[in-house]
Amino acid sequence: MARFVALVKATPESEAGALPSTEILEEMTRYNEELVKAGVMLAGEGLHPSSKGARINYSGPTSRTITDGPFAEAKELVAGFWILQARDLAEALEWLKRAPFQEGEVEIRQIFEDDDFGDALTPELRETEQRLREQAARNR
Amino acid sequence: MRAAIDAIWRIESPKVIAGIARIMRDVGVAEDLAQDALVAALEQWPRDGIPEKPGAWLMTAAKRRAIDHFRRIETRERKYAEIATGVEEYDDMPDPEEVSDDLLRLIFIACHPVLSQQARVALTLRLLGGLTTDEIARAFLVPEPTVAQRILRAKRTLTEANVRFELPGVAERTDRLASVLEVIYLIFNEGYAATAGEHWMRPELCEEALRLGRVLAELVPNEPEVHGVVALMELQASRLRARIGRGGEPVLLLDQDRGRWDHLLIQRGLRSLARAEELGPLGPYALQAAIAACHARAHTAEETDWARIAALYDGLAQIMPSPVVELNRAVAVSMTFGPAAGLEIIDALTEEPALKDYHLLPSVRGDLLKKLGRTEEASREFARAAAMTRNDRERALLEARAAASDPLPQRPETSPGESSPPRHERS
Repeated sequence: MARFVALVKATPESEAGALPSTEILEEMTRYNEELVKAGVMLAGEGLHPSSKGARINYSGPTSRTITDGPFAEAKELVAGFWILQARDLAEALEWLKRAPFQEGEVEIRQIFEDDDFGDALTPELRETEQRLREQAARNR
Repeated sequence: MRAAIDAIWRIESPKVIAGIARIMRDVGVAEDLAQDALVAALEQWPRDGIPEKPGAWLMTAAKRRAIDHFRRIETRERKYAEIATGVEEYDDMPDPEEVSDDLLRLIFIACHPVLSQQARVALTLRLLGGLTTDEIARAFLVPEPTVAQRILRAKRTLTEANVRFELPGVAERTDRLASVLEVIYLIFNEGYAATAGEHWMRPELCEEALRLGRVLAELVPNEPEVHGVVALMELQASRLRARIGRGGEPVLLLDQDRGRWDHLLIQRGLRSLARAEELGPLGPYALQAAIAACHARAHTAEETDWARIAALYDGLAQIMPSPVVELNRAVAVSMTFGPAAGLEIIDALTEEPALKDYHLLPSVRGDLLKKLGRTEEASREFARAAAMTRNDRERALLEARAAASDPLPQRPETSPGESSPPRHERS
């Protein structure tokens, strides 16, 4: 199955926590409804500005550094996302063309399906992944 | 450019065909006219760029060709006037309700009971899925000319049967809707559990069926069984990634790595089920979804609420009695009350003609016999099951189980009476 994540890049306005106008909210609602009506919308959420977020940095097996937001460079940050079902990237792009944005950028990435991993996922890695998944399932 | 136009076609063509079909009262002609519009797009868009509203462009182009079409054939003046009016009234913002009605009408027509099941499936995938004849042929493992013929004959049948181009009235609504749900679930099932050939699954078909089901749920949100069938598909699809083992072998539900279950789809399935439950007593699809939900909610196989599943199968057996339902009920009963209780139900099914070639019957019987320590009989049942299945990978699995249950084992056997659940449950 082909699924795509559409990452909505932040803008200085979204980072400032500015709420979009009623008109834009209405357009966005209508757009989301179109996605739902077309059966392609799997999930979609808006994210709080990075001032409410944090970063965690990994160095080696145990060293973790946490940095609180806000972070600079709005256009490198994510303000929201959709998960869409589409036949291929062209179709996902066609849907995103119809989003009611007038500025900013959306990046679309395809979600890995298991067969995509191919040779990279060695039997050992698969086993590890399996164990991690089992653990995650138990911890839920 | 070509990829973009193909994507636009897949998104817009059902609505274009639906709109033209309403005007022309003929699905075949509507598709032809829509295709003509596509040809025009393929000629003009690379030159002039893709229009801002490609769907509207295609619709207008198709309507113009509808007018030309009528100029070339004899027709009652009224029809001609209708089309002319339609085009004149056309503006950039078609009434969304009208578009929805047109689409729903097309769905009902493509799934019309006057057509054979195969014809309905092919026509639905073509008109509503935008799949090419070749894609449909590959999905169902039949030659392309066969599919082309099916679609041609289907259109002819609809014309000859004078199928009315109206939404079904209250009296026939239930039956017509049942026909639609049957088609959608059939497509899903075809992708989910391949019955023939080498491959276990064809996820693209599952995807298409899911999409159609979701579209329908938005068009007729007050129909509980529509939400039921969507819930069932979302929940079953959530297990797609877990159904294949490392070596490509099938993994049965109770053996599956639940970390691989798609929890996004599970949540969607549970939400759809909740919508169905809000709308009234559960119908057969919703009940099956409720059963799937019991599995989905269990974090491990051991946590499965078998008592609830047994009760749901009781309910299902009442509104949709069938030997297959009885078989599944037997498994749930065996998990709740022990293998002997389940075997009692199974033994009553052994003469059932409908299950004569159904490999899951001896497979389940083998499970229960094994648990009761009757290993020689168990081995025979697994061997029988292996001989019955047409799926290569499933056969290998069953043959392995026959060997494992063999009284002269080549490797250590698990001890009888071990409380491992039967492994047949629909993965």
